[in-house]
Amino acid sequence: MKLHEYQSKRVFAQYGVPIPNGEVATTPSQARAIADRIGKPVVIKSQVLVGGRGKAGGIKLARTPDEAEEVAGHILGMDIKGLTVKQVLVDEAADIRSEIYLGAVLDRSARKVAIMASSEGGVEIEEVAAQTPEKIVTVHAHPLLGMQGFQARQLAYGIGLPKEHIAAFTRIALSLYQAFVESDASLAEINPLVINGDNQLQAVDGKILLDDSALPRQEQLAALRDPDEDSPTETEARESGLSYIDLDGEIGCMVNGAGLAMATMDIIKLYGGNPANFLDIGGGAGADKVLAALRIILRDARVKAVLINIFGGITRCDEVANGIVEAINSLSVEVPIVVRMVGVNEDEGRQILAASNLPSANRLSEAVQMAVAAAKGEGA
Amino acid sequence: MSILVDNETRLLVQGITGSQGAFHAQQMIQYGTNVVAGAVPGRGGQWAVGNTPVFDTVHEAVATTDANASIIFVPAAFAVDALLEAADAGVALIVCITENIPALDMARARAFIDSTDSLLIGPNCPGLISPGSAKVGIMAGHIHTPGNVGIVSRSGTLTYEVIYALTERGIGQSTAVGIGGDPIKGLNFLDVLQMFERDAGTEQVVLIGEIGGADEQVAADFIRTEMSKPVTAFIAGQTAPPGKRMGHAGAIISGGEGTAAEKIEALQDVGVDIARHPEEIADLAAKNI
Repeated sequence: MKLHEYQSKRVFAQYGVPIPNGEVATTPSQARAIADRIGKPVVIKSQVLVGGRGKAGGIKLARTPDEAEEVAGHILGMDIKGLTVKQVLVDEAADIRSEIYLGAVLDRSARKVAIMASSEGGVEIEEVAAQTPEKIVTVHAHPLLGMQGFQARQLAYGIGLPKEHIAAFTRIALSLYQAFVESDASLAEINPLVINGDNQLQAVDGKILLDDSALPRQEQLAALRDPDEDSPTETEARESGLSYIDLDGEIGCMVNGAGLAMATMDIIKLYGGNPANFLDIGGGAGADKVLAALRIILRDARVKAVLINIFGGITRCDEVANGIVEAINSLSVEVPIVVRMVGVNEDEGRQILAASNLPSANRLSEAVQMAVAAAKGEGA
Repeated sequence: MSILVDNETRLLVQGITGSQGAFHAQQMIQYGTNVVAGAVPGRGGQWAVGNTPVFDTVHEAVATTDANASIIFVPAAFAVDALLEAADAGVALIVCITENIPALDMARARAFIDSTDSLLIGPNCPGLISPGSAKVGIMAGHIHTPGNVGIVSRSGTLTYEVIYALTERGIGQSTAVGIGGDPIKGLNFLDVLQMFERDAGTEQVVLIGEIGGADEQVAADFIRTEMSKPVTAFIAGQTAPPGKRMGHAGAIISGGEGTAAEKIEALQDVGVDIARHPEEIADLAAKNI
């Protein structure tokens, strides 16, 4: 799950990271009032969960409250990469002397949190990595000991920070790490961390990605979720415990297991079809999840055929079959459904399907070809 | 011959009284796995499926039954506690089926486990099976057949797909290990490839990878320098949409974006045959016999 810039910066601020004076507005007049209260030039920043806001014209400077109202009026409602801007952050504009990158990320191969800094802040870190990798300094925190002061100093000295900023930077780096760990983040970035006109360090932009597995114990952060992060269908799927991603094709897929779901999509492509979605019903799904999954797939008007691929293990074929039958009895099904079902309790599952006159295939490639043909109107 | 589990395996089931634990304990017993005990706090002294004694603690279970492997079916909120308990009790092999364990918890748990002699498989994995001798996992036993193809996979159900195709072609398996799909886990491709390379009962290996991370690239390095046995691979997610992955900073550290194309290229470069779909693995493996 992603947090907005203003949410991320507020999390950082709770850990003592200095952030600009600012507030969120949802109307131009609110933006004006905030700018008036700040009493200095402000920057109006669209709050949408995509990168490249600046290039899209979603970040603009305003010198006066009048200008703030006008600029906010322009940015609010703007479309940035398919997302409508519903709120803007009105921040006191920083007089930027230099820009630093500071980020923490879960490094899966090291099995530790990596904390990275670079003197080349304000640009995408992957650009720095591609062009001047020597300008990125990385340390890894021990999982049981956490990030140590010397590691924060290694970053500070490593990026050639002027002497007067070492102590403040060290505190900020340790704070960022603390925020990362206590929020169960998978990524926490301050980019840029600036040295401003008052010669102080300040986090001008911030980004946090949260570990979805930890959301049940991060209730306050989980409540910050922007429903626009996912499509309404994706949100509905998540609430039903399904993992779903919208795609552009014509074959609706329901599969158990992410790897098999991806492989099923790959095979659909291989045989000339296009998947309409990625849908993993997860391990141990019961009839209710299967029903919810089919409801979501069948609502998509682009879907011309449905392919259900279940390899039973912790998921039992009979449970899935019951869900399919229930869906067919309660939903209006106007497209062909091809079921492929193997594994734990497969015989029971096939019997349930056969009793409802639903055909099932044994081999995956056979089932995929049937679904591709059915989607083209060539009969299932 | 096989790796990690065989007829000598004495299995403890943590969470044996839960619905998944009970169901799969029963399935493992039916397959012929020697399930010696269950451990569930508060249920000590009871009997679970197949007349299996249940203990309150793993230490007690190990002391009484000499269990040398454990499989964990407890909910995510308690799973790390369960696997640390198993490691502390000296269980040699710990298999964690549970999914949705927070990554930072696993980072801490792994740091402790690395200080013990225990090996961890998972979490968020299907477990492992040495066909004909022991099943320590949730896979359907009947799709497997004994033989000498070793399998290592990040996926669960996709592995079953490949094994189903191998068995249909009459190609048996020595051991199939599902290492799990979580970012931080126990044994990785590299560890399992090393075991297969040493195992006299394994003549070739099938590797099943997917998008994200760089573990397949690490495996490719090992295959190039150390591996004498042929390896065939399938990488899932060639058509997966971009942008639904981990942020850019993670990609920098893993040395790439973690796409299927990168992984396929790395493996092809070291002479690994790549299947276009899971069933094709069987055709490619047949050529190595």
